[in-house]
Amino acid sequence: MSVNRRDFLKLAGVTGCSLLAGAPRRSEAAMASTEFYGLLVDTTKCIGCRSCEEACNDKNGLPKPEVSFSSDSVFEKKRDTSPGAFTVLNRYPNAKNPDSPVFVRRQCLHCCQPACASACLTKAMEKTVEGPVIYHKDRCMGCRYCMIACPHDIPKFEYESAFPYIRKCIFCYDRLKAGERPACVDACPENASLFGTRRELLEIARTRICENPDKYVHHVYGEHEVGGSGTMYLSAVPFEKLGFRTDLGTTPYPEHTSGFLYGVPLVFVLWPSFLIGLNYLAENGNKGKNHEEEE
Amino acid sequence: MKRKNNDTGRARNALHAVREFARFLASEMKPKGKIGTPFNVITGTIIVVGIALIAIRFYLGLGAVTNLSQDYPWGILKGFNLFVGVAFAGGAYVLTFVVYIMKLKKYEPIVRVTVLNGFLAYVFYAGALLLELGRPWNVVNPIIGNSFGFSSVLFLIAWHFLLYIICEFIEFSPAVAEWLNWEKARRVVEKMTMVTVIFGITLSTLHQSGLGALFLLAPAKIHPLWYSHYIPVLFFVSSIFAGLSMVIIESTFTHKVFHDKIGNTLRASHDDILLGLAKGCIGALFAYLFLKVIELVHGGHWDLLATPMGYWYLVEVVGFVVLPIFLFGAAIRRRSVRLVQFTSFFTALGVILNRLNVSLIAFQWYSSVRYYPSWIEIWMSIAVISMQLWVFRWVVNRMPVFTEPPQAPKEEIIPIGEVVVWKATAS
Repeated sequence: MSVNRRDFLKLAGVTGCSLLAGAPRRSEAAMASTEFYGLLVDTTKCIGCRSCEEACNDKNGLPKPEVSFSSDSVFEKKRDTSPGAFTVLNRYPNAKNPDSPVFVRRQCLHCCQPACASACLTKAMEKTVEGPVIYHKDRCMGCRYCMIACPHDIPKFEYESAFPYIRKCIFCYDRLKAGERPACVDACPENASLFGTRRELLEIARTRICENPDKYVHHVYGEHEVGGSGTMYLSAVPFEKLGFRTDLGTTPYPEHTSGFLYGVPLVFVLWPSFLIGLNYLAENGNKGKNHEEEE
Repeated sequence: MKRKNNDTGRARNALHAVREFARFLASEMKPKGKIGTPFNVITGTIIVVGIALIAIRFYLGLGAVTNLSQDYPWGILKGFNLFVGVAFAGGAYVLTFVVYIMKLKKYEPIVRVTVLNGFLAYVFYAGALLLELGRPWNVVNPIIGNSFGFSSVLFLIAWHFLLYIICEFIEFSPAVAEWLNWEKARRVVEKMTMVTVIFGITLSTLHQSGLGALFLLAPAKIHPLWYSHYIPVLFFVSSIFAGLSMVIIESTFTHKVFHDKIGNTLRASHDDILLGLAKGCIGALFAYLFLKVIELVHGGHWDLLATPMGYWYLVEVVGFVVLPIFLFGAAIRRRSVRLVQFTSFFTALGVILNRLNVSLIAFQWYSSVRYYPSWIEIWMSIAVISMQLWVFRWVVNRMPVFTEPPQAPKEEIIPIGEVVVWKATAS
């Protein structure tokens, strides 16, 4: 096969251009195909029936709680998710309307760029292309760095077990794969939790705010927080009054360490060179000194 | 026929050599010196009980023996043994840099013991880490598994620990070869020293700073006075003076215990070495202070200085960074070795304070549930250190750790039974 000059130049040109354009094009493609599935939790619709908790408990085969799911007594204390409960409802007072308290579901937010997955050294935490952040228990070594990293404090560790795992909501990944919605969404009688692609959910959320500007806080929690998350919230009460952290910023968490990690290859290249150079100088310096002393 | 005879003869010789070697090892395994010393009794008890506690920990799970919680997933086995221990082990890379790269022969006599200490620190503190892992048998996953978490700082640290332990072992192995009388092997490993030193310093730079970089992922959980993008650099720079002050502390005990056994010339060189190390400490401390001030100005959290956490921050920075600079300065001006030694303790304490602040005290400072280590955690932590001391004593008792290279006179070989005593007081 012979390559003449014209063909070569064409080829080189095409290669060069695609190299230059390659990176942005790839990320554009990623953006376009990112149809993460997510949840939109409209806290104004939640009646605190705890059906989602019960469905989650059934679906994941978690231990039955001491207090039955129909009891309201659990709302007296603020609860956190645990190895035995991947989603929990909490009740908050409503300043606007004291008679109807606000119920907020707490579970994994399935961040678009999850801190836990970037922290995991064995890729036990994985952000799937469908959206859920899932957990590969066979890979986990139990270091609990995901717990340190998670801005929402979601991964929970089985401290009481000799063979512990991290436990958290995985968005019913198997159901999602089978074309079903998460168990908690199916169980919700009030449609307070909506399932859909993130884009659709954001459209719905904005539409609701737009149509009821006085009812909602003009903010979709999870749209931008730590780079955005799969689970998003609408509320009538400021989010900081509902136990949400509003000081997390919009930077995706993996970016906090990417600078350091980019520096690693630099140090690996530069340090040995510097050290060899310094050593060379030091050796020659010593030689020079010795010469002077001899003279 | 003759050849066959030769072969069997060779085989017999080899077998004989192996048997001799096994006998030698067996004899070396036996303890030397008195067994019923207070040090042995105390640390022995700690280790035995510690092993029992470790067994319970693996049988019942972490919740049964530690105060770790969903809010505080990392306790003192990480905060103290790992973060503090590795910082103190930084002396090894600093001294190999000074001696092998910068060719400052003055510090050569303390290189071996420092490298040994660094090596053991890494082995045992990585070991302490295993106790705190939920599924330690999976610790090999990031090394051999199909699951390389390249985006994780912890992945980098896991690999670096492994590689650095190998590097330090090679750096120390001439002493092992001398102990075994393997002249050829000694020459081989000695030739590798330069490569491992360069590689080791590079690795140390990255994982000392990497331990700090771990906390970059918790911006909302660490008090703003302690959290900054500088954490990796701060951890790296502080590992320099942490390591150096630990070297001073250790040689302080040697010098004290063997005062009458050390000749005049060596005593002079010893003081000189310590004063030199103190100068190194000042440099690193000053760089650290400078970074701390830039961090504070850049962060702009002046108002937080007037809060309880702010006072605590000032205690750490003024009390354990600024003050040591002045104390070291005064010590060097007066050539007071005693003050150098005192200040080293002080500096080391400051490093402990800093690492505990970042990993435990300023971590989730807003939380209503605080973490305090359980007595079992403390016991396990001390048991690990005791085991390290035992292995250290075993090695020092048998291998030429304190001797200078072969051509130098071997007058400063230390009858090691007592090294134990100063190591014990050191812990």
